[in-house]
Amino acid sequence: MKSTQLHIMVAGGGVAGMEAAGTLAEMGYRVTLVEKGDEPGGHLLQWHALFPDRRPAEEVRSYLRKRIEHRNISIITKTTVEKIRHHISGLEVNLSGGTSEKADAVIVSTGFDLFDASRKEEYGYGIYDNVITSAELEVMFNRGRVAKADGTVPSRIGLIHCVGSRDEKVNNNHCSKVCCVTAVKQAIEIRKMLPSCEVFCFYMDMRMYGPYYEELYRESQEFYNVNFIRGKVSEASVNINNRLVIKVEDTLAGRPLKMELDIMVLMAGMEMAASGMKLAEASGMKRGINRFLETTDHHYGNNLSGIKGVFYAGTCTAPMNITDTISHARAAVAETVRYLNGR
Amino acid sequence: MKPEGKKRIWAEYQKEIPDDHFFYVRSCIRQTFFAGSEQCFLKIMRDDLGKDVFEDPRHTTCTGIGYHGDIVPFETIQTVVARHFALATEAGYKNIAISCVTSFGIYTEILETWKHFPETLERTREDLYRATGRTFEIPETISHASDIIYKFRDQIARKAKYNLVDISTGKPLKVVEHIGCHYSKMFPKSGIGGAEFPHVLVGMVEAWGGDIIDYPERRHCCGFGFRQYLVQANRGYSISASRKKFESMEPYQPDLIIGNCPGCAMFMDRWQYTIKEMDGITYGKNGQGIPVLTYEELAGLVMGYNPWELGLQYHNVQSMPLLRRMGIKADPAERFLAKDGTRLPEPANLINE
Amino acid sequence: MSAGQANRFGFVINPSRLIDYDTSDRKVREYITLREPSFTLCFACGGCAATCTAGQHTSFNLRRMNTYIRRGEIEPLREEVTRCMLCGKCLLVCPRGVNTRNVVSLAAEAIRKLERNEL
Repeated sequence: MKSTQLHIMVAGGGVAGMEAAGTLAEMGYRVTLVEKGDEPGGHLLQWHALFPDRRPAEEVRSYLRKRIEHRNISIITKTTVEKIRHHISGLEVNLSGGTSEKADAVIVSTGFDLFDASRKEEYGYGIYDNVITSAELEVMFNRGRVAKADGTVPSRIGLIHCVGSRDEKVNNNHCSKVCCVTAVKQAIEIRKMLPSCEVFCFYMDMRMYGPYYEELYRESQEFYNVNFIRGKVSEASVNINNRLVIKVEDTLAGRPLKMELDIMVLMAGMEMAASGMKLAEASGMKRGINRFLETTDHHYGNNLSGIKGVFYAGTCTAPMNITDTISHARAAVAETVRYLNGR
Repeated sequence: MKPEGKKRIWAEYQKEIPDDHFFYVRSCIRQTFFAGSEQCFLKIMRDDLGKDVFEDPRHTTCTGIGYHGDIVPFETIQTVVARHFALATEAGYKNIAISCVTSFGIYTEILETWKHFPETLERTREDLYRATGRTFEIPETISHASDIIYKFRDQIARKAKYNLVDISTGKPLKVVEHIGCHYSKMFPKSGIGGAEFPHVLVGMVEAWGGDIIDYPERRHCCGFGFRQYLVQANRGYSISASRKKFESMEPYQPDLIIGNCPGCAMFMDRWQYTIKEMDGITYGKNGQGIPVLTYEELAGLVMGYNPWELGLQYHNVQSMPLLRRMGIKADPAERFLAKDGTRLPEPANLINE
Repeated sequence: MSAGQANRFGFVINPSRLIDYDTSDRKVREYITLREPSFTLCFACGGCAATCTAGQHTSFNLRRMNTYIRRGEIEPLREEVTRCMLCGKCLLVCPRGVNTRNVVSLAAEAIRKLERNEL
């Protein structure tokens, strides 16, 4: 069968879904991209600049937007994929509006949810005025102003790594991979924006795994005087001046440390998206103990669902950065095409 | 501070507190150092709220001090607690009301242990039967007595003769709440409001008109410990923990501290004297010390009970300035006068005499 | 009342082990960083301390010393800085190229100035 006659549904219009849709369309397949938000783009829509080079996020957004501007792609927004059913004639995909579509294959790219930082009660997110998430800091960067809740300029900001990651207490033993480098990137941006503001990163391990990440870490120390304290912040409170007070073990000094902060930024980790979990439950897709979708083999089958015609792309399978997400989406397309050609 | 954030957490940590019919177990420390507190609790429950609260004189210490002091083994304390349950079973009670936070923590820990390791429950049943011939049912509910006062806080507020308000300014009193560690730090679900933002005392104080202070060392342990204060040479640890809290709350100039753990209340009161002797520092408004009250004492004051019947005169930090602020008339000359006219023993070195 | 001092209570109030970043004194850090900018590059791997001759037989630990300087904990430094023999072995091992030998010299210098109220 010619590719133009084949229809592929892509569930989720973030980075992975957009790249997969674009690649498939380019190859001649008919694609329907289903996005739950108002427009495709996912978490990237809120982001100001990207690690490791601090390029504007808009550059990647515009690349992806162009990627899905294709006559073979139809986009359905404000809609989620609820269930994937198998018929003798092929796959049927149920959508949240009550409608359904026939498909020859489905790529699941439901992505991740940002960890709800209020679940780490000890940090007082949603209670203390100047406790924000890394995503909210990015919005501040977009607005061009980093300020306390009362509008004043901060003189000391702390970035707390591993919030919702590597933490049994919130049922997340996994590492979200991107938070360390995001923190370093954000620390540099704060220092550039507010040169008199001290910046501290509180980390358990610095996991600078990608190309030029370690170099960014070095740059943050060498040129931006970003401070690093190894230890997990155990609690935050406020003093009489409404300034945050944190407690942390300075594990390198082997002593407890107390510090006042104007703003505390929680590097919220990645969790399997709730919408993806719902879809997985309804469609019999397996999930790992980390709740992300389980692939048939984590070395050589990491786009394969084990269900005929259903493939996975991006952070619905594990936390990953944009570079890896794009590669993973292209690999999902390769697996999809291999399947379609082999039918 | 965004109060809705706290309310969201409070809503997550609610527990079942029964309305009536309690088997009450006393606290070693509370009945010794704050004897008026437990009497006040019983009086409020029975006379003011019309509840059925049963006590069995055969109830003993839970041996928690020995357990945490590494003297009493876990098997032993399980058997002692099982005996308490047996007394409740024999009297036909299913709701336990516990005066002590240490005991509360121990009951909770034991019930959790039995849940996860059923063989320990069977072993305890056997041990208790062999030792005493008794059998027991696992209680349906476990409440700390502060949970129960929390449940009835609005009823108490409706009957209040005094509010937690400074009558000369009309402003709410500034209250520091201190939660005993074993109330919810081991098992957050067992405490109202959880471990990070417990609501049990906050709810009382706010219902009775006071303002709560959220100060940096709010969650810090009072330092009581067990093996710490039991050994004289180790008490420096206990007192330094309390001092850390006093210094942290000092900028707020609190009117009083309310605690739900007898140990915390005792040490936060007594250490103020020791710190005065060692460092020459007295905390609180005008250097008058910060009165430390149990929640029963505070409920009693609000209900219009006589402060000297509550036993406030036996606290190291005396409460006269607080009573004046609340508009409570109490004659300091009657502090150590028994009902029959005889003189009660007078403690020395009181703060704010 | 300081620790170890006998009194009628039989115990004393324990001194705090806390590093209070809001009251600690970071003048030494500023002094060193200004004169030896490579100091900011240390990421506490401990290579310097492992190779250190002095560290084998005394409590001298350059990795820990760097941490103290950064946190503004001056007290533990006073004795530490006198233990280094300035042999320079630590220079060879440092993966971040910190001029470790100069850091120790500057720390000693800063401490001397601090004692003379010149810092």
